[in-house]
Amino acid sequence: MYCLGIESTAHTFGASVVSDRGDVLSDIRDVYVSRPGTGIHPREAAEHHSEVAATVVSKALIEAGVSGRELDGVAVALGPGLGPCLRVGATVARAIAACFRKPFIPVNHAIGHIEIGSLTTGAVDPLVVLVSGGHTAIVAFSGGKWRIFGETEDITLGNLYDMFAREINLPSPAGPEIERLAEKSTRFIPLPYVVKGNDVSYSGLLTASLSKLRAGATLEDTCYSMQEVSCSMLAEAVERSLAYTRKNELLLTGGVAANRTLQKKLSDVAALHDAVPRIVDRRYTGDCGAQIAWTGMLALRAHETEPIANSRVRSRWRLEDVQISWRNDVA
Amino acid sequence: MSRSLGEMTLPKLIYRGAEAEIYLEDWFGSLAVRKSRIPKPYRVPELDTAIRRTRTLHETSLMHEARKIGIPVPIIQCLDPEASTFVMEHINGPTLKDELHKVSPEIRRSRCRELGRLVAEMHEGGVVHGDLTISNVLSEEGKLFLIDFGLGDFSTGIEDRGVDLLLLNRAMKSTHVKFHGEIFGAFLKGYCAVVGKKRHTETVNKMREIERRGRYSERA
Repeated sequence: MYCLGIESTAHTFGASVVSDRGDVLSDIRDVYVSRPGTGIHPREAAEHHSEVAATVVSKALIEAGVSGRELDGVAVALGPGLGPCLRVGATVARAIAACFRKPFIPVNHAIGHIEIGSLTTGAVDPLVVLVSGGHTAIVAFSGGKWRIFGETEDITLGNLYDMFAREINLPSPAGPEIERLAEKSTRFIPLPYVVKGNDVSYSGLLTASLSKLRAGATLEDTCYSMQEVSCSMLAEAVERSLAYTRKNELLLTGGVAANRTLQKKLSDVAALHDAVPRIVDRRYTGDCGAQIAWTGMLALRAHETEPIANSRVRSRWRLEDVQISWRNDVA
Repeated sequence: MSRSLGEMTLPKLIYRGAEAEIYLEDWFGSLAVRKSRIPKPYRVPELDTAIRRTRTLHETSLMHEARKIGIPVPIIQCLDPEASTFVMEHINGPTLKDELHKVSPEIRRSRCRELGRLVAEMHEGGVVHGDLTISNVLSEEGKLFLIDFGLGDFSTGIEDRGVDLLLLNRAMKSTHVKFHGEIFGAFLKGYCAVVGKKRHTETVNKMREIERRGRYSERA
């Protein structure tokens, strides 16, 4: 069985073909890059996606060696994300599904991050730390749904890095650049550390980091300290959730999962609670078609398809609202 | 320094949480409880030391304040902020959570009414607990003590008070399904008797509002 997956929730337009054995046969993407000092402009990103869509999808099919007729389903991320961007992916997916008369499979983008993480690390029943531009959440599976144990009360970890970068004219996504700058410093500047139970709050940290910088702190010291504080905060919230849920696997997934400081700190947390740290394969940290194709395959096998006529983009689709039939509760 | 008091070898680790370790120990010949915040490998030392020190000071000053306004809390016997540790009086009794399973309906209601009265007085005195559950209430011969102020705050805000009520309601719901309505009802009766009808209604409405916002739902 083969499933085509299309991703267009934010800056990435991606397409991928996976097999039912979990082989990623192709994973092509084209990323809209915003001008330094600005964030994603939804309309411009959508225009980018429409321009590259045909090329990306045909490359994905050719590289996989699978024709449209040989597909068993077409999956697309219908949310959460930016409306104009989502509509591009949805339109492309509807057209392909209708043209080849294939089942149409709506996929929640966040669930996609979790499933590609599970596939590439072999995680079975993990406590999941989902970190990206759109999410900072600690979730675990129970009773047919992913339940949120902790999350950010305001901006996400990805937002924190991107909004900081925007103020100092770096392009987004800015995580890698902030990480590179942070490596040049070990001078710690105290910054606000806000953990409330299992939740974190990053908005005060953003304001304080920018004001330290304006007051004369070096960019390297500020990046280092902001990264240390933000990752330690999340590590503490994760530790509380891990102690509470007693899961024995800790899965780190999403775009910010590529951050080595975060990886190190969460591995430390896992070790404290005898859990196995599992970090999504670096190729699939960022948004990609493979996460949608693989989740689509799981949904397809569970007969979770939708008539094309009923399909709508859901820009605020929360992951805890998705009823999941392909996972079982592990007692 | 290891010593024995009666038959027990002390100090003895009795609880290890995500943040702190709780030891039973010999304090000049009598039993005491030591709470130590443990260093975390995922924080740089300067940050780690500052956080543990601040939280220890914050928690003990809240306990001190609660005591001043007449809320039974364990007496603090020794505070060492540099070691992120403090020693407090040992309360010889079960948690309210455990006790409620064992006692008669009359005592169950009277304990919860008493808890309502204490929480109301604490709120009126400008302290919120921040982690109010029936596991954080100890019962020593019918006298209730509040413990674990680590997430508490000095606040008279209705939002913080609503969170306290919500957390307690949720804890009662998850461990005492059968008589949850009865015990939370008794708690509210005691709460209302202290703060008055108007404030009581405001706080309960705020609790419902926070619950509807969803951030606090479906967590446990």
